[in-house]
Amino acid sequence: MNQNQTTRLIIVAVGGQGNLLASRVIGEAALASNVPVRMSEIHGMAQRGGVVESAIVFGNAESTIISDGEADILVGFEPLETLRALNKCNPQTLVITNLSPLSPATVSAGKSVYPGLKEIQRLIREKTAKLIAFDAAALAKEAGSVLSVNMVLVGAMIQTGVLPLTAESVKEIIRTKTKERFVDVNLAAFELGFSKADASS
Amino acid sequence: MTHKLLTDGPGEKMMLLGNEAIARGAVEAGVAFASTYPGTPSSEISLNLFQISKQTDLYFEYSTNEKVALEVSAAAANAGVRAMCIMKHVGVNVAADVLMTLAYIGVKGGLVILTADDPFMFSSQNEQDNRYYAKLSGLPMLEPSSVAEAKEMVPRAFDLSEKLGEPVLLRTTTRINHSTGIVSFGQVQTPQTRGDFTKDPFNYVCVPAVSRKLHVRLLENMDRAEELAAASEFNFVEGDGTWGVICNGVSYSYVADAVQDLDIGDRTRVLRIGFSHPVPGSLIKDFLKACDKVLVVEEGEPYMEEAVKAFAQEAGLTLPVRGKDKDLFSRLYEFDPALVRGAMARFFGVPYSPPVTPDLSDLPELPQRPPNLCAGCSHRATYYAVKKAAEGSDTIYPSDIGCYTLGFLPPLSMADFVVCMGASVGAACGFSKVTDKKVVAFIGDSTFFHSGMAGLVNAVFNNHNFTLVILDNSTTAMTGHQPHPGVDMTDMNMDGYGRVSIEAVVRAIGAPHVTVIKPFKVKKSIEAVREALEFKGVSVIISREACTLYAKSLNRLNSRAFYVSDKCRHDRGCLDDLGCPAFYLRNEQVMIDPDLCVGCAVCAQLCPENAILPLKA
Repeated sequence: MNQNQTTRLIIVAVGGQGNLLASRVIGEAALASNVPVRMSEIHGMAQRGGVVESAIVFGNAESTIISDGEADILVGFEPLETLRALNKCNPQTLVITNLSPLSPATVSAGKSVYPGLKEIQRLIREKTAKLIAFDAAALAKEAGSVLSVNMVLVGAMIQTGVLPLTAESVKEIIRTKTKERFVDVNLAAFELGFSKADASS
Repeated sequence: MTHKLLTDGPGEKMMLLGNEAIARGAVEAGVAFASTYPGTPSSEISLNLFQISKQTDLYFEYSTNEKVALEVSAAAANAGVRAMCIMKHVGVNVAADVLMTLAYIGVKGGLVILTADDPFMFSSQNEQDNRYYAKLSGLPMLEPSSVAEAKEMVPRAFDLSEKLGEPVLLRTTTRINHSTGIVSFGQVQTPQTRGDFTKDPFNYVCVPAVSRKLHVRLLENMDRAEELAAASEFNFVEGDGTWGVICNGVSYSYVADAVQDLDIGDRTRVLRIGFSHPVPGSLIKDFLKACDKVLVVEEGEPYMEEAVKAFAQEAGLTLPVRGKDKDLFSRLYEFDPALVRGAMARFFGVPYSPPVTPDLSDLPELPQRPPNLCAGCSHRATYYAVKKAAEGSDTIYPSDIGCYTLGFLPPLSMADFVVCMGASVGAACGFSKVTDKKVVAFIGDSTFFHSGMAGLVNAVFNNHNFTLVILDNSTTAMTGHQPHPGVDMTDMNMDGYGRVSIEAVVRAIGAPHVTVIKPFKVKKSIEAVREALEFKGVSVIISREACTLYAKSLNRLNSRAFYVSDKCRHDRGCLDDLGCPAFYLRNEQVMIDPDLCVGCAVCAQLCPENAILPLKA
């Protein structure tokens, strides 16, 4: 892993899915590993069910945001939002998505249609280098709490080796910087996500 | 536990949000006094100072609005203590009356006014460029380009303020406030918390004779400030090529990356302006003389570009200077790295292929996910009651700034005219006077105190004819549950505060028809609104119910989820009229998500089949 190379990560999620904690864990792991890192987030409406987007830039760059077509890796905590963020990708981008949908209000009310999960995956595969897709909510439940979806996906993104971070450095941050009563669940979630991505590659 | 921003460890590195870094900068500067009105993207600066004030001698207050906040801080600074006043960009509009004449008076202790601009309007009603406030007032202005620099600039802004005897504007944009970076801690100065005011009416009382003298001093201060700007380490040149780039704020980071990506470091010369008012003429002229052509990279208005062109004219230089131009940069929205890289490549004639974005033309239309009022939000219940009461009459709904603005989307569609804080009341006066329609204005509790009260006084005095609905959810919800004068501060375990009753204020103003409703009591609420609508003159409804998220944070939410029983005959009014996020359809059957439902029971009251029932505990 060349620390001077720039690596750009976009995380998209729906408010309440723990995107900001995931970003913080990754950022803290970079700080602890002496990897230059900067991030930006748009979270004004996170508690009102809107979309939360984080951009994390590792390595040799000053910018904190990521332009369209310039993400090296896109991680979506919700399949529709992953698809919506495809403008951040290019043909070399690696995409990881949770397959457990959260219906927008218009879909819940029967006013619009949620695209089929197979169709979503087909579209992402067709336009990017690789897609790792699985039900992260199920793995989070298996780890002990559906709230640990974020750590499942952190585990998956670390497994791919695209980010300049080791699994151990991230786990150390989970142990020391996430809430004590969730540490075991978070670590279990991380491992399940890591193994799932390993099996998918 | 000691607040993390109070860590006394010079050299220690922490990952901080831009707003945390600014609050840490205030701690390092020995700030003794801070006032604010919350507003995104500035809110976390205040939130951190609020928390810090509970552990230190720092005096912090949430003021009723930005104008009051600046008056409060201006007086503290003129009693000799270091004060900081924090607001979002449009807050400066509210505070502008103070700002313009405070520039004449100046300060004794340092005063830093933070203005958080919001290019692209992530959470604002406009994207005005507050650099023009520095120009308009004559005050010095600093602009950081990164999170780390934002922290560094705060103590320097205080030093500058004391050196010049003027308030200093510190201008950020959302991408500084809400970016996160690694920050090195510096020394913490011990705050001087007590001050004294020395009477000096011929310098402090702005009657015309005094102001004529003070304006002269302001202009002299501006000359001194320009010299300081020309020598400031915040205005620096990188590279020694002949392709010039002048930039500020976050644009500098995009320029720095573009110089690398385009591999033009040996040909470019970059002037980063961080001390941006007064624009340092001598520095700019020297820079221009070394360049063949110059590109000005700045988000928003052509603030620097106009200054640079004027300096070029003064120096007799005719080199091309460009910036805002249909082929280069727009005044609209925010920049990004690829946009700046592309414009630089075009302007300097460097071969460049833009990033390859996927062809998304075959994507199906994706359902939008706009932010929504929460499940169990009292605003939804109030809107429903008003809508039912006004059914059949053509009604105009001026509204205001807060969570409740989200009610403008279907199915509620309860906002027709939103301008700025407090404007719903004034707008209701105008609409009711010149149209024959019913007018019902909405305003939040915090916004009512901020700037709605004056509108109501106007309405009573001029005998207007409309209904004002005050949505009182006991907190400033939108920006993260900050207190306001109507809040019981003992809820937050804080003593020593007064409390202002909205109802008492409204009655004292003399509104002739005042009703308080509990919006979760649907029938009674509709009745009360109907009566208010029938009243000729100013009628006020105070709709009182705590914000669900706030009640939850206080452990006061008696949450009991409801479900749709088999009595349901698919009326679907619950789903179609309320737009509550707890509802969904499964195989054409209406369902309630028990994890989202908090049991406000509004839907249960409007179900014609009485099919919505509480889950057994």
